[in-house]
Amino acid sequence: MIDAKRRVVLKGSLTAGAVGVAISSGILTPQAVLADWPAAAFTAKTVDNGLNDLFGTTKLEASDKIKVKAPEIAENGAVVPVTVEASMDGIQSISIVAAGNPTPLIASFDMGPGAVGFVSTRIKMAKTAKVIAIAKVGDKLYSAAKEVKVTIGGCGG
Amino acid sequence: MANTIRIRARVRDGVTEVKALITHPMDTGLVKDKKTGEVIPAHFIKEVVCKWKDKTVMTAYWSSGVSRNPYIAFKFKGASKGDRIELSWKDNKGESDSTTATIE
Repeated sequence: MIDAKRRVVLKGSLTAGAVGVAISSGILTPQAVLADWPAAAFTAKTVDNGLNDLFGTTKLEASDKIKVKAPEIAENGAVVPVTVEASMDGIQSISIVAAGNPTPLIASFDMGPGAVGFVSTRIKMAKTAKVIAIAKVGDKLYSAAKEVKVTIGGCGG
Repeated sequence: MANTIRIRARVRDGVTEVKALITHPMDTGLVKDKKTGEVIPAHFIKEVVCKWKDKTVMTAYWSSGVSRNPYIAFKFKGASKGDRIELSWKDNKGESDSTTATIE
């Protein structure tokens, strides 16, 4: 955790981007405690860094038990509906990554004891890229991906 | 901040599906205000927690990559019709809201 924080502060000071600054200042200001928010993973600029910060590994095993539902073509990248269904038992978390985004890790859903492998949300996509869903079961990471064509990017700029 | 959450929970065959819509700008901090040219600071929900009988059934950690006015749906086992659930969110500015719903 200390390591993760140091990383973020470093990144914050190196990045002129408002996201980095906002997040590092968020850590310096005592606010509502967000103990487990994986700051380093969410500010990572590549898929591998994001995964490494979140899970400590980038090793994913492709699984046909995970289904990623998303449109083939998203006209508006600001609102791309994504549904992930994972049919394995003992799922601890489901994470969603948009590979082409400035910070690819979008969301991570930690499941409780009565977990059912299902989450649905709407995400922003900067450009045409793969949407990757990752299910954590025990110490293994299973994944599936779907390419979404984006006509108008939805991350600003 | 009140009434930012619309929620519905339904149980079918022992599986409860929770659907919620939250009113929130989810600003990335990458977008410039078209009139002033100033960057709109990042303002996004970081954490959404759903509790059932004081157990946390789902914790969502989000970046600003989740769309404006976020939609979230998920499922869990164990609850019955009539049970209460609580859904709450916190954002990067320390704002928060919560609501409860009865499982239908």
